[in-house]
Amino acid sequence: MDRKKISSAMPYLKAREAADGMESYDCPPDKLLEAAGILKDEYEFQTLDDIASIDMGPDKPSGARFGAVYHFYSHTRKMYLRLCAMCPDNSNPKLPSLTGLYLSADWAEREAYDLMGIEFEGHPHLARILMWDGYPYHPLRKDFPLAGLPAPLPDSFDGNYDATKVVPAPMEGGPFNASQGDAFAEKREPRSHAQI
Amino acid sequence: MQDFKTNTNPMADKGGYSQGQIGETITMNIGPSHPSTHGVLRLKTEFDGDMITKVEPVVGYLHRGQEKIAENLTYNQFVPFTDRLDYLASMCNNIAFVQCAEKLAGIDATPRCKAVRVICCELSRIASHLVGLAAYAMDAGSTTGFMYCFTQREKILTLFEALTGARMTASFARVGGMARDLPDGWLGSVNVFLNQFAPALEEIDKLITRNRIFIERTEGIGVVTAEQAMQYGFTGPNLRGSGIDTDLRKTNPYLGYENYDFDVPIGTHGDAYDRWLVRLEEMRQSSRIVRQAMEKMPDGPINIDDPKIVMPRKDKVLTSMEELIHNFTVATQGPDIPKGEAYFEADNPKGALGFYIMSMGGGVPYRVKIRAPSFVTLSALQHILPGHHNSDITVVLGSLDFVLGECDR
Repeated sequence: MDRKKISSAMPYLKAREAADGMESYDCPPDKLLEAAGILKDEYEFQTLDDIASIDMGPDKPSGARFGAVYHFYSHTRKMYLRLCAMCPDNSNPKLPSLTGLYLSADWAEREAYDLMGIEFEGHPHLARILMWDGYPYHPLRKDFPLAGLPAPLPDSFDGNYDATKVVPAPMEGGPFNASQGDAFAEKREPRSHAQI
Repeated sequence: MQDFKTNTNPMADKGGYSQGQIGETITMNIGPSHPSTHGVLRLKTEFDGDMITKVEPVVGYLHRGQEKIAENLTYNQFVPFTDRLDYLASMCNNIAFVQCAEKLAGIDATPRCKAVRVICCELSRIASHLVGLAAYAMDAGSTTGFMYCFTQREKILTLFEALTGARMTASFARVGGMARDLPDGWLGSVNVFLNQFAPALEEIDKLITRNRIFIERTEGIGVVTAEQAMQYGFTGPNLRGSGIDTDLRKTNPYLGYENYDFDVPIGTHGDAYDRWLVRLEEMRQSSRIVRQAMEKMPDGPINIDDPKIVMPRKDKVLTSMEELIHNFTVATQGPDIPKGEAYFEADNPKGALGFYIMSMGGGVPYRVKIRAPSFVTLSALQHILPGHHNSDITVVLGSLDFVLGECDR
């Protein structure tokens, strides 16, 4: 596919560095819908394979923090294309929804909303998908700790004190490493002896 | 008297059917613990009589936050987690993940490693399709078909046990190579397996494919047209069942698949029966690939020669200072992967499993996104199922062949 043709048809796309040699562009969020439409109709990218939400970190001094990386696949050209759109507002990240163009964007955007907290404007049913409704956090954000945070249980567990408690995993040296250097199993792996 | 003006049934004005109580629906909950949902899938289903009018799949019951965990482990430490994605074809997941990391680092695996990976992938594909077809056949009423398939799958798992030490969760791939080379005589066992597998597959074929009950349960059910399949983002056998010949092993070859001679079966109608036929034929093609890979098995090292990526040999570690340091560094800090981003999709038994890795350098990825084919397949259920009967649900679910471990991650 002609790189020049794409950049003349969509001058707002900026070539993006790609270690894997994929056609790769940065796209301003307000032009994302237009670019995806052109890619689908004129360049035969029939499938939206994946939306990967990214978080560049809470302590980033300048620039956009949240964004999404879109991977398109063309069944006729047999090739991939990557678009990256960063959300302009760090405190309230928003992107346009591609559900009008690709049905596969439906759940992919719900997942990005659920785990990263990016709001997709125009999505018909933007609800949590992997975590339960009413869960207060977006766990894939970089400021969410790996061990997790205590959260109220799903509504159906209301008043049911036999329901599973959220016990954060010990953090020393990794998610499932017990803390080192103690002779007693109870101290090395507190979860196995927790009084629940 | 039926007042059609207040009819709220979305199917009624399509003229597809008419029943006594048009417009009156009941909502039923299927799953999450139901044998035919193949895991913990829950379907909030709205019925009008026996006819499905609306389906809302509810997923996430098996969510373990694998993407978050990946950000805190080195590349090789994350390999066992990929086992738990599609646990019916764990080796395919291992290999897809390390292939993505290798793509990012610009590593080209050794010829022997590629051939071993191809054998592992294709045997996993056969094992996964056998489970998929077994469950599918049982959902459609054939317990014998289930037993026939599982007998063969058990033999593959025994081969995997000899190769990796584990029957299902193999964790066999490493960035830059494999955990170890093939054990002596293993290829001979694979050959013995393949020789008896060909007639066994014909038996399964004869038992089910022309079975009148099976055909009547599956023909014209769960139709997905080519256009819809691309819209839904279908990949793998489900996409090919709809008549599109995109097989990433052919169209975007990896692991040297371009050097093997195999055919890509495609369906014509996109119904549940076509998906059965596609999977059945794919197992024959996989056997062909394994045979070719065994014939052409190159000699030489299985791991690349880069001390910053792969662990050195154990005997060297115990005798040489340099190797000891490398062993320590790779084990504790992970393989040295440069800054950048890469996306890689492998044509797995369930569809294209994609990994997007963003690296800031070093041995731990900054962000890993898993594109799970089962997640995409299930997202299409809300479009496929309405208009079918209650009893078609199990058939459609069986024909789509998904795994919830992969969907929920």
